[in-house]
Amino acid sequence: MSVESLKAHSVQTAWSQYDAVDAGPTGLNAFLSVDRDGSLAAAKVIGTNGDLSGVPVAIKDNLATLTLPTTCGSRLLEGYVSPYEATAVRKLREAGAIVIGKTNMDEFAMGSSTENSAYGPTRNPVDRSRVPGGSSGGSAAAVAAGVVRLALGSETGGSVRQPAAFCGIVGVKPTYGRVSRFGLVAYASSLDHVGVFAQNVFDAALGTELIAGHDPYDATCSALPVPALRQSATVADHAQPLAGLVVGRPIEYFTEALDPRIRAHCDTSLERLRALGAEVRDVSLPHTSLAIPVYYVLAPAEASSNLARYDGVRYGQRRSADGLREMYERTRTSGFGAEVTRRILLGTYVLSAGYYDAYYRRAQTVRELITQDFERVFADGVHVLFTPTAPTPAFRIGEVSDPYDMYLSDIYTVTANLAGIPAMSQPIGLVDGLPVGGQFMAARFDEATMFKAAAALEYAIAQEGGA
Amino acid sequence: MSVTNADVLHVAQLARLAIDDTRLPGLVAELNGILQHIDALQQAVIPADLAARAVAGMPLRNDDTPSVPLQRAREAFAPATRDGFFLVPRLATHGDAGASASSSDAEGDA
Repeated sequence: MSVESLKAHSVQTAWSQYDAVDAGPTGLNAFLSVDRDGSLAAAKVIGTNGDLSGVPVAIKDNLATLTLPTTCGSRLLEGYVSPYEATAVRKLREAGAIVIGKTNMDEFAMGSSTENSAYGPTRNPVDRSRVPGGSSGGSAAAVAAGVVRLALGSETGGSVRQPAAFCGIVGVKPTYGRVSRFGLVAYASSLDHVGVFAQNVFDAALGTELIAGHDPYDATCSALPVPALRQSATVADHAQPLAGLVVGRPIEYFTEALDPRIRAHCDTSLERLRALGAEVRDVSLPHTSLAIPVYYVLAPAEASSNLARYDGVRYGQRRSADGLREMYERTRTSGFGAEVTRRILLGTYVLSAGYYDAYYRRAQTVRELITQDFERVFADGVHVLFTPTAPTPAFRIGEVSDPYDMYLSDIYTVTANLAGIPAMSQPIGLVDGLPVGGQFMAARFDEATMFKAAAALEYAIAQEGGA
Repeated sequence: MSVTNADVLHVAQLARLAIDDTRLPGLVAELNGILQHIDALQQAVIPADLAARAVAGMPLRNDDTPSVPLQRAREAFAPATRDGFFLVPRLATHGDAGASASSSDAEGDA
């Protein structure tokens, strides 16, 4: 893998593939808006010096772009064009990338299937009767279908890694603070991250490296220097590239809830890691089972505050009414979909008088316990953790209707968001023709070790004929 | 813990959402289903010294962020402006308060 192979995919190629897969009643519906003319014109004048010169990229529709709308998959923001650009998008463009379009997503990033988009669901390129995962399902589908080889998504509880697993590609959530969230529409600010999709580990590492770094516009963005992550993702020693590396296998991630066929692929991957020179040891993260309850207190609580701005005055398509309260209610009720409404109500409830201590404060405290679980394991000498990314392969569109059952799709991914540690998913096999993702997690700001392990595993799988 | 119809209507009012009668029973059931799972948090054993640390808060940074470079002028975000203020449509409940807008397509108060 190299920068050159990524550059080989041109804007013209992207549009040929887009025309073949995205439109029509059985198309993927991965894009909400596109800039064909602008991107083709930009491709003619772009230089060749940047790491991504002329590389077409797709951007999740909750990252602000200057010319294309930023709707967050919501009717409420239909036609909204941001007056400024997200830092991560700007950094990609400054490296030479050309934005071809904005991708479909669960409304305001609330969902795990992209079925909650107000503009219809995205289909999984591997099996169009199935979901691509979510909430960044459009970006994942665009990369998996080969429209682009690099795309941006966002994560609050697994919205890059889970769709990457469902679509058979690589998805990265960097450390909280590694990548600026300036221009990322806020859902739950203590959990929100910008993430990267790619077809292989090297491209994902390159994309992460290019968008990382301090940004004065995001007070949570770290000033730590960004290492050369692309080098970490290059396998130099093909015999024992992971000699000296300790891989933890958290026993709480391998319970009865896990599809045994996915468990088998994880076991095979762990054997491969051993063969690559790594030591694999069982570890315990005892508060893992509380991660989903914690997440579904904290994320809705923060969402109920962040989404208060969509009132028809500050943001959002206003619905006329005689009184101010009626105008707010009509605007918000007609603009928000069912899942967003549900989470705003839940978040408002857990923050309301009499329930704050029982829910919000309690959840914050348990979040600290979950974070300490990870810190203890990494302090004990474990360099990376390896787990399944999702408990099942991609499910059928419409198959999961109970809200909490849908939430459980993120059971293995929310912990990294709660702890703020870097994590990524990569393809490790197939179940009934559907991709299975394996997840690496590492200590805060140690993306380099995570990419090193992921690249070695990817190399080993490729040597055996691929995932 | 569980919520009642009245709880959901109260919370909806706080959140500026209107819940109609046909949607209410389903929402109450969905929220109670979620809260039932969330109640697992009550069983967590919290070390005595942890609660104090968890609420210690984040260190604050200097509020010295540079101004955001805007693609469009600030005035482009409102249907009309007057004296540097945004004008928004007048609501019927505001009566005759405020002066009329300077723009022909917007009627409202700054």
